Amino acid sequence: MKALRLLLPLAVFAILVVFLWVGLSRDPREVPSPLIGKPAPEFRLPQLHAMDKQLSTSEMKGQVWLLNVWASWCVSCRIEHPLLVELARTKVVPVIGLNYKDKNDLGIAWLQRYGDPYSISIVDADGRVGIDWGVYGVPETFVVDKSGMIRYKHIGPLTTEALERKILPLVRELQNA
Amino acid sequence: MIPELGHFALILALLVAIAQGVLPMIGAQRRDAALMAIARPAAHAQFLLVAFAFGCLAWSFATADFSVELVAQHANSQLPLHYRLAATWGSHEGSLLLWVLMLTGWATAVSLRSRNLPAALLARVLAVMGLVSVGFLLFLLFTSNPFLRLIPAAPEGRDLNPLLQDPGMVIHPPMLYMGYVGFSVAFAFSIAALLGGKLDATWARWSRPWTTAAWSFLSIGIALGSWWAYYELGWGGWWFWDPVENASFMPWLIGTALLHSLAVTEKRGTFKSWTVLLAIIAFSLSLLGTFLVRSGVLTSVHAFATDPTRGVFILVFLAIVIGGSLTLYAVRAGAVGGGAGFAPVSRESLLLANNVLLVVACASVLLGTLYPLFLDALNLGKISVGPPYFDAVFVPLMAPLVFLMGVGPVASWRRAELPDLWTRLRWALAVAVVTSLLLPFALGRWSPLIAFGLFLALWVIAATAALVIQRLRQSPQPGLFAKLAANSAAWYGMILAHLGIAVFIIGVTLVKGYEIEQNLTMTPGQTVRVGDYDFTFRGVTPVNGPNYSGFAGAIEMRRDGKLREVLRPEKRIYNASGMPMTEAAIDTGFFGDRYVSLGEPVSEKGHEGAWVMRVYIKPFVDWIWGGCLLMALGGFIAMTDRRYRLKVKDRIAAMAGAAA
Repeated sequence: MKALRLLLPLAVFAILVVFLWVGLSRDPREVPSPLIGKPAPEFRLPQLHAMDKQLSTSEMKGQVWLLNVWASWCVSCRIEHPLLVELARTKVVPVIGLNYKDKNDLGIAWLQRYGDPYSISIVDADGRVGIDWGVYGVPETFVVDKSGMIRYKHIGPLTTEALERKILPLVRELQNA
Repeated sequence: MIPELGHFALILALLVAIAQGVLPMIGAQRRDAALMAIARPAAHAQFLLVAFAFGCLAWSFATADFSVELVAQHANSQLPLHYRLAATWGSHEGSLLLWVLMLTGWATAVSLRSRNLPAALLARVLAVMGLVSVGFLLFLLFTSNPFLRLIPAAPEGRDLNPLLQDPGMVIHPPMLYMGYVGFSVAFAFSIAALLGGKLDATWARWSRPWTTAAWSFLSIGIALGSWWAYYELGWGGWWFWDPVENASFMPWLIGTALLHSLAVTEKRGTFKSWTVLLAIIAFSLSLLGTFLVRSGVLTSVHAFATDPTRGVFILVFLAIVIGGSLTLYAVRAGAVGGGAGFAPVSRESLLLANNVLLVVACASVLLGTLYPLFLDALNLGKISVGPPYFDAVFVPLMAPLVFLMGVGPVASWRRAELPDLWTRLRWALAVAVVTSLLLPFALGRWSPLIAFGLFLALWVIAATAALVIQRLRQSPQPGLFAKLAANSAAWYGMILAHLGIAVFIIGVTLVKGYEIEQNLTMTPGQTVRVGDYDFTFRGVTPVNGPNYSGFAGAIEMRRDGKLREVLRPEKRIYNASGMPMTEAAIDTGFFGDRYVSLGEPVSEKGHEGAWVMRVYIKPFVDWIWGGCLLMALGGFIAMTDRRYRLKVKDRIAAMAGAAA
């Protein structure tokens, strides 16, 4: 019995190692989305700043746009936020903000505080649309083309590098297509 | 040439580390004095070699040698010299080299300060540290070589991450690593004790000052990191329960438990196997922290350099070191034995409660940090666990811990009487209750949480004061000075560290309870009142730094019409990375901070028009870090205690113990 008790720490550690091992093979940043190259899942969601108005996927057809998933409780979102604000100022591409599993007043206060880079903000309070879009964690950013196909997905906070090397070239290419 | 010399020194260091890890271990097993004697010079040689390698890397950074890949990635010719030097440990490779440097430094310190240790114990301790070093040196040389050349050389380097270009960030990693790596000493002592089968009060007395030192450095390191986040990230928060913060906090929690359980082992000979287990866990969590930060299994604000292949290496290393130690523990801890018994109400029980609460708190932080990873591994989706979880779990665990902190030092060993405790502490309790109920009214607003937080802090202060007064009154020496001198440095250190906790709680409570945050749009000339202060915006002017350009705002801050300070927050764009950065302007005071940070220009007129601005009034916020510094200071004072420097009599006893 005593011997078993002394083995307990080792057993707990062994389980931990298994999880860490599996965790390693699933880098949170490089999960390929099965949705890439597929039509963006339909949504019809209320707008954060005007809850009586709605936005649906079909209204975005004909232009290239980004969907940025964020929440006021998400720390990493604050890291990428200055980049989004900067991007919005260039007006290269419209960014739709999906306020994910958040409270409306908190979300609005957050945008006032850190700047609002979004052409339109929509509310996914229960995370249903997040599931349709295969959102793993917040923040995530999707690139959607003119025909409404998801062409790229960035997991985790945006970086200058990711924007300049991947996302913006892709956006330009899709806009000219 | 210089980088190659550094690389070569690292390879030599690896060979020395292997010798240091293997030969003395065999020597200790066979009682071969010649083999055991290798440990000390090997530790010194390894330290010198790694220090030389570190110097080579620092030299490459100082001379901005862009033919070294690491320098090209993390420095820039415009970057000022002090940040170029700090960039030496601003990258993954460099910070690992710093880690090894500290490890060898600690081993050298142990070898110098432990001339009185039994030869076999010292040989085993240094051998264990040598083996840990082997792992890290292999990791450096095979997956993260800092001396890789870039051919052809880059004409100009990328810059150091602007977030790290800051005085706080220059000293934060070394302090944190001093703490992380310092736990390797307690770890090595534990492994040596398990191997030798001898674990007694003397052993605890030897490992105590090392553990206290590591813990104090870790406290400073964490405090610096939190302070940096407060003023540099521009959000006005000081703790975010981010995975990387948690990674440094978990060893601290276990280290705190270890400090207290070592006290019991030293004074009463109890908690032995538990102490050993805590020492193993504290260092394991330091290693786990490195794994989490460096492998990229968790997304974090701090994920500056991550690489999954490195993660595999660290995980294997973790499995060997921690798995090996825990196996050894399972096999040998039974032989170490328990110790003297104690009554349900006694200082032992109170310290046991302290240990249980700290371990549970650490487990809950670990669970919260790894929960997203667990769910993902089980294919249950990916989630983030945020501050609400940690606040909900952590505070209820800490409140009883802090309450017991007032009782523990007053209770006697082995058996304490409740009526006696009540007599000794009732005044402290009364003072704490009454003051905490009334004080919030004086501060402006009463709420149960504020009163509760203040109660905990005041209780610790009052109970500690009661302890000091009673101790002084009872001591037989004539005169106050003699009475004061009669107490040990360890005792004063404990008092100071406990008061540090109280100061910390006051800071947290008051800043949470009374902070004011305002997000404003201000046009030049406009005045806004926030709290008791009037802020007048005087527009922005362009600024040009060595490696950035941007705007500095001028905000006049008045109280009762009198100008107190002109605050100059900045908005910078760094040339090399194009990264925007907010430099908050903070007017720091004993009773709180006034904090202004610049958002974005919002009007058509660009930077000459209106700006979004954040103005915070943060009462008592600096007490948070002040409390941490007091804790660390208490640790350093406790370390100097006379009894850690063995007297001749003990030395003979130690030698006799080794011979037996």
